[in-house]
Amino acid sequence: MLTGLAVEKLGACFGQKQVLNGISMTIGPNLVTAIIGPSGCGKSTLIRCLNRLHETVPGARQSGRVLLDGQDISQMDPVQVRRTIGMVFQKPNPFPSMSIYDNVAAGLRLNGVRKRHRLDEYVEKSLRMGALWEEVADRLDKPGISLSGGQQQRLCIARAIAIEPKVLLMDEPCSALDPVSTGKIEELIQELKKALTIVIVTHNMQQAARVSDYTGFLLLGELIEFDETPKLFTNPRDKRTEDYITGRFG
Amino acid sequence: MTFDRYRRRKRVNVLVSALAFLCAAITIIPLLMILGHLLAQGAKAVNLDFFTQLPKPVGEVGGGMANAIVGTLILIGLACLVGLPIGIIGGIYLAEFGNNKTGWLVRFMSDVLNGTPSIVIGIFAYTVVVLPMKRFSALAGGFALGIIMIPTVIRATEELVKLVPTSVREAGLALGIPQWRVILRIVVPSAKAGIVTGVLLAVARIGGETAPLLFTAFGNQFWQRRLDQPIASLPVQIFTYAISPFEDWHRQAWAGALVLVAMILITSVLTRVVTKGQDRSMR
Repeated sequence: MLTGLAVEKLGACFGQKQVLNGISMTIGPNLVTAIIGPSGCGKSTLIRCLNRLHETVPGARQSGRVLLDGQDISQMDPVQVRRTIGMVFQKPNPFPSMSIYDNVAAGLRLNGVRKRHRLDEYVEKSLRMGALWEEVADRLDKPGISLSGGQQQRLCIARAIAIEPKVLLMDEPCSALDPVSTGKIEELIQELKKALTIVIVTHNMQQAARVSDYTGFLLLGELIEFDETPKLFTNPRDKRTEDYITGRFG
Repeated sequence: MTFDRYRRRKRVNVLVSALAFLCAAITIIPLLMILGHLLAQGAKAVNLDFFTQLPKPVGEVGGGMANAIVGTLILIGLACLVGLPIGIIGGIYLAEFGNNKTGWLVRFMSDVLNGTPSIVIGIFAYTVVVLPMKRFSALAGGFALGIIMIPTVIRATEELVKLVPTSVREAGLALGIPQWRVILRIVVPSAKAGIVTGVLLAVARIGGETAPLLFTAFGNQFWQRRLDQPIASLPVQIFTYAISPFEDWHRQAWAGALVLVAMILITSVLTRVVTKGQDRSMR
């Protein structure tokens, strides 16, 4: 079944500081939805609300609802939510104590897959999907942190998709990478889209235009505009969106 | 004028550098003197017998401290059984959930415990273990040493578990792994080398403790067969021999001191080796 998300009047704050206000949007199944906006506008907080990672920060609060196929995720077990909704972070964060193989296998193992041949199978499949297999097949037992930054990020993507989530959240996955690695990850997004729903936060407007079907523009915690990507970039309805995408501020 | 100032600055620089060097040298000198003296006095008395024989009665020349060496190792083992679980699990608690009043209290208490003279901890062990059992025992000694270990281990564990970046924890949580498994299987292994360092430092510290053992483990001239019996240990044996009036026992005490210092030195070096490995993995 295809899985989509609906965000209803979502608000979020850290202590007294309100960072998101009344966000409503629909994230369609098997589509890539991009969130753009200037630094500090709440993009990361928004997607961290989608897998309930926001609430793990001390002092963080949240209002409104996030629905996963119609079900309110705040009523679900957070562990279950996060198994369904995977995440890739801004900075590559492989587990420092684990090898390449174990990094990919970690989610599976800790979710109860034990048989070696099954693990082997999943690890290879995920690394292939993460476009990393050819580069690491002969050194799976080396530490994950021995890889280059771009490879580490693809390792993290492989790790996230190994547990076969329905939705993948990507928080500026390319901001620490060079153009070649960025290109690889963008190709990967097009590939993954066939099986997953993707939400990607990005600083890079060209990237949003290249990879996404829908784009939302976030400013100071509010969703200014949300539309099909070509429409938002060629014919924005809001003056502020236009100013941002044409580079007049931000 | 400017040139004068420049020369003055140079002179002050040389002076302060020399002073810093002098202070550094003064720190090392006592250690080198102790080591040198120990080597000079102890090396004569250390031989194979020292490691394999029991102490001889007064008047007979020779014998060794084999039972005390083994006894010290047993006491350290017992201390680890008491101190490590509490210290490590407590440290993990402080690092992961200690951001509240309870955490503050535990941290404060552990610092106080760290500053408590070890003889006081010995009296405590005497009261709660020796008196009810009505005898000195290895268990009581291990218990006292274990308590001395706790604060060192708890703080070392806390510091190193805290050093594991939040991003690693979040990566684990985002994979749908329950928090307790994230902590035990991902966070703690990432800090393993550092925790081992803390443990080794604590072991090095208790290895030389004498006061708390005087009225807990007591001492023993023979092989100890049971843990509820008094047990020999190097520090206590050294103490007993050093204050005795016999020439031969003095020689033995020197040898014991040398062996004890060597054991602690090896532990410290081991700590360095382990820490180096960690530097590489944390990069």
